[in-house]
Amino acid sequence: MNEQLQFAVEALKERFGGVEKIFRGDVEVILTPESIVPACQTLRDEFDFEMLVDVTAVDYWPQEEPRFHVVYRIRSLKHNLIIGLRVPVDGDNPAVSTIEGVYPNANWFEREVYDMFGIRFEGHSDLRRILMPYEWVGHPLRKDYPLGYEEVQFTFNFDEINVRKPFARRVNKK
Amino acid sequence: MGLEIFPQTDVTAEQVSVEDIKHLITNRAIEGETMLLNMGPQHPSTHGVLRLLLELDGETVVNCIPDIGYLHTGIEKNMEAKTYIKAEVMSDRIDYLNNLGNNLVYCLAVEKLVDLDVPPRAQAIRVILAELQRIASHLIWLGTHALDLAAMSVFLYCFREREIILDIFELCSGQRMMTTYIRPGGLWRDTPVEFEDAVRNFLKIFPRRIDEYEALLTKNPLFIERTKNIGILTPEDAIKWGVTGPMLRASGIAHDLRKVRPYSGYEQYDFDVPVANGCDTYDRYIVRIEEMRQSVRIIQQALDKLPYGPVLSSNRKYVPPPRSELGTSMEAVIHHFKYWTEGFPAPKAGVYAAVESPRGELGVYLEGDGGPKPYRCHWRTPSFANLQVLPLISKGVFVADMVALIGTVDIILGDVDR
Repeated sequence: MNEQLQFAVEALKERFGGVEKIFRGDVEVILTPESIVPACQTLRDEFDFEMLVDVTAVDYWPQEEPRFHVVYRIRSLKHNLIIGLRVPVDGDNPAVSTIEGVYPNANWFEREVYDMFGIRFEGHSDLRRILMPYEWVGHPLRKDYPLGYEEVQFTFNFDEINVRKPFARRVNKK
Repeated sequence: MGLEIFPQTDVTAEQVSVEDIKHLITNRAIEGETMLLNMGPQHPSTHGVLRLLLELDGETVVNCIPDIGYLHTGIEKNMEAKTYIKAEVMSDRIDYLNNLGNNLVYCLAVEKLVDLDVPPRAQAIRVILAELQRIASHLIWLGTHALDLAAMSVFLYCFREREIILDIFELCSGQRMMTTYIRPGGLWRDTPVEFEDAVRNFLKIFPRRIDEYEALLTKNPLFIERTKNIGILTPEDAIKWGVTGPMLRASGIAHDLRKVRPYSGYEQYDFDVPVANGCDTYDRYIVRIEEMRQSVRIIQQALDKLPYGPVLSSNRKYVPPPRSELGTSMEAVIHHFKYWTEGFPAPKAGVYAAVESPRGELGVYLEGDGGPKPYRCHWRTPSFANLQVLPLISKGVFVADMVALIGTVDIILGDVDR
């Protein structure tokens, strides 16, 4: 592992109790939901990880507890490094603090995670759905969300199918 | 039947109330002082189905709120239900102007996950095809960007050259766009004998054609007027907002994954990373034009030292048996059958692979669960990340310049919405 990356990982382990995981050269640190914002702050200010590349999530339902992992990927242009952060999030009313204050481009990535997994990002400035229609019910990338095999709704049978749909229903937003 | 009856709904046309977006617009819009104007999703200059909600003060853009998702096709969800090899077919459809680049990054991720080596010939051909694809994508961008700024003829010239590239893809794979030619472990099959000549012919004519485009645009006062000092993106903002690709390089930061983290043997080729310091729409044009020239250089070198040998890994666990063996070997038939029906297992772990697509950093986060299907396949697409910066660079421009700005971000809506 690169020396600079080693320092960053050591700092995360020491200060935030992170657990290091390396697979095929990809370095990931598992953190607690409370420590993600200060950890990002540390990475950006002390170790030159300037650019947030990606935020996504994985749903481990039903095999694992806690259910979700939010995965961050942060790049350092100066030292040419990339680091992954993982935050396990409980499936019961899942929520993490937003890192928008540290990396402003987390805005859309977190909106996508919220849209697709239903993980709320506390303190987010604009937590709306981004890819699905705004009145959509359900979060498509959760493992308990069905994939396809649904009847196509036309005008003439819209209500009829709407009643039978467990997840992807449209409701009137009042 | 025990069906739970949900409250019946009377569905009307979709309406976003001002309540939902109140925090994004200024108070002046609510008071009626500024105007909210809907641009898209069917506007010809939005390069697909991008919808922008513009808050206008006269003709000046005060606020721009992008609304995406009109082309969301649930590819990530669909991939989870297919084997690794079948899921690749969907990757073509993500960024439909960078099909081979998508194949490449997906295959790199799969290869990284199962630890599979790729023979040198396959790597060189991958590079050639990826660079051809980059040129094709930049040609589309150049044509449509110029068309948006009312330079019609560039569009026709660009499509003429793009056609040659698509013919080369058809020669290799039988498909012009959705090729799925690059496969985990190498390539679908070796290139046909005509391939080298076809590429060389293209390389012979293409540099002169770039000069032609430049003659039409680079010193064209109308084009300069429309692009110079429009959409300024400072280097600090570019990094802060995670912008990658030509947009980042036009802000003066020479970050190119092909250089800094080479994949597929890019370290063997001698090429420059074009950088400009103007941070505006014009410089992004200059960077992309120069990138086409560099791509030509890379293809030339790759073609000159194209090694001979197999194009598919010899690790039979992850690649199908050659067609010739199927007639003589029972094991090969069994393997063939198992490979295409069941797929191959991948370890329970996650990897991130990234390439430099024509638009920026294209990454795949691929997670296996020990079975033959990806547990999670997330696409970090450059258009999605770069589009986010549009509200920032469009503050204070005219409505007419919005069109230039959408062009300069070089979005592909399939890439944005996946």
